Amino acid sequence: MIDLILAIVFVLVAPVIGALVAGVDRKVTAHMQGRVGPSILQPFWDVGKLFEKEKAVVNETQIFYAVCYLVFMVFTGALFFAGGDLLLVIFALTLSQVFLALGAFAAYSPYSYVGAERELLQIMAYEPMVILTAVGMFVATQSFNVSDIIATKVPVVLVIPGIFLGFVYILTIKLRKSPFDISTSHHAHQEIVKGVTTEFSGPTLALIEVTHWYETVLLLGILFLFFGWNPLLAVIAIIVLYLLEILIDNTNARVRWQFAVKSAWLVALIVGIINLAALYFLSGGVP
Amino acid sequence: MTYLAKSPWLIHYDASSCNGCDIEVLACLTPMYDVERFGIINTGNPKHADVFVVTGGVNELNRAVIKNIYDQMVEPKVVVAVGICACSGGVFRECYNISGGIDKLIPVDVYVPGCAARPESIIDGIVTALGILEEKRKNMTNVPQKSADNSASHNQNNQSAGGTQ
Repeated sequence: MIDLILAIVFVLVAPVIGALVAGVDRKVTAHMQGRVGPSILQPFWDVGKLFEKEKAVVNETQIFYAVCYLVFMVFTGALFFAGGDLLLVIFALTLSQVFLALGAFAAYSPYSYVGAERELLQIMAYEPMVILTAVGMFVATQSFNVSDIIATKVPVVLVIPGIFLGFVYILTIKLRKSPFDISTSHHAHQEIVKGVTTEFSGPTLALIEVTHWYETVLLLGILFLFFGWNPLLAVIAIIVLYLLEILIDNTNARVRWQFAVKSAWLVALIVGIINLAALYFLSGGVP
Repeated sequence: MTYLAKSPWLIHYDASSCNGCDIEVLACLTPMYDVERFGIINTGNPKHADVFVVTGGVNELNRAVIKNIYDQMVEPKVVVAVGICACSGGVFRECYNISGGIDKLIPVDVYVPGCAARPESIIDGIVTALGILEEKRKNMTNVPQKSADNSASHNQNNQSAGGTQ
């Protein structure tokens, strides 16, 4: 019962938190650049505006894919916050991302195509590390269930520090932050990299923005798992890490996709596998 | 005030400007003027934009481009002509290759004169445009979508864009 309530709370509250995080993000970014910046409520106004615009789509299928993107993201988050299986959460998350790429492919446009291809490359780049995160959680807590991981007294981040670092690395890709904002960007508005959202407009684009809010909350939730034994520390860590992401975003130029894929895989291989191997040998070969 | 006036996204196109006005448009984004305070974002995508900011006059080469960008923008939309060349053709008015101001081709809602237009007057022009944008939204009662027009301009976009890939 409590699971269901938590899932419903996620569905209702996550967009509000996600939008506020996006608003704070823009405000902090502006201050880092010596500007005043928009109101913290700006993301709400942006999406409200998009819903006020005329419904114009290049291809009706686009709407279907955008709705699927949203629905599967909400499903993923609800499953996560209800304490479901972390592996299922990760696969549903990937499915959701694939729908976004399909939506971009649905429009016959070179810009959209480039964006969709880059989106798929990003998925390819971060996916190994995301799966290693689930494996690491299992090694640390002997369970794939979020409800068990959150209830554990094991300081997860100290058991799998390598996997934590690897996850923070791909978090930059997942949050679409520079230097890995290769498929779409919240800063470089005049470039081809508006990519994956190029052909979405009006209410359909609003759905994608709302989905981003859900995704942000879900990702911060996964960060929470690393510090699950101490909720206060977890909240502090999430705030510090998010500010760090904003700092990285504002101080790094975008890299090429080749570097994004190679470095994400190398990080997953080095910190992830070494971490797991060390745990395996320290435990005397008994997982 | 509705959301529309709080979050105007604009697309900036340099028709045949000397770059003077373009520099002033971009100056609006700098920490000095910071138009993001008003939620204004300079997007590069006509499908996301609400305000079309044009600098420079219409000539035979950019005629199709201006029309294409305008057609791709989703209703409600406004056009702001920045600089005297965009308003009337300016000193190039009599040139053999210049048709005149932007209003020769598409309906212009706000004229921002000046050579080059100052950032303050550009911001003032865009804020004036927001009032017109709001009015247009009120008058917008489920306008039937011009699907034929849109698909035509879209295909055209693909062709021209495909060539540059």
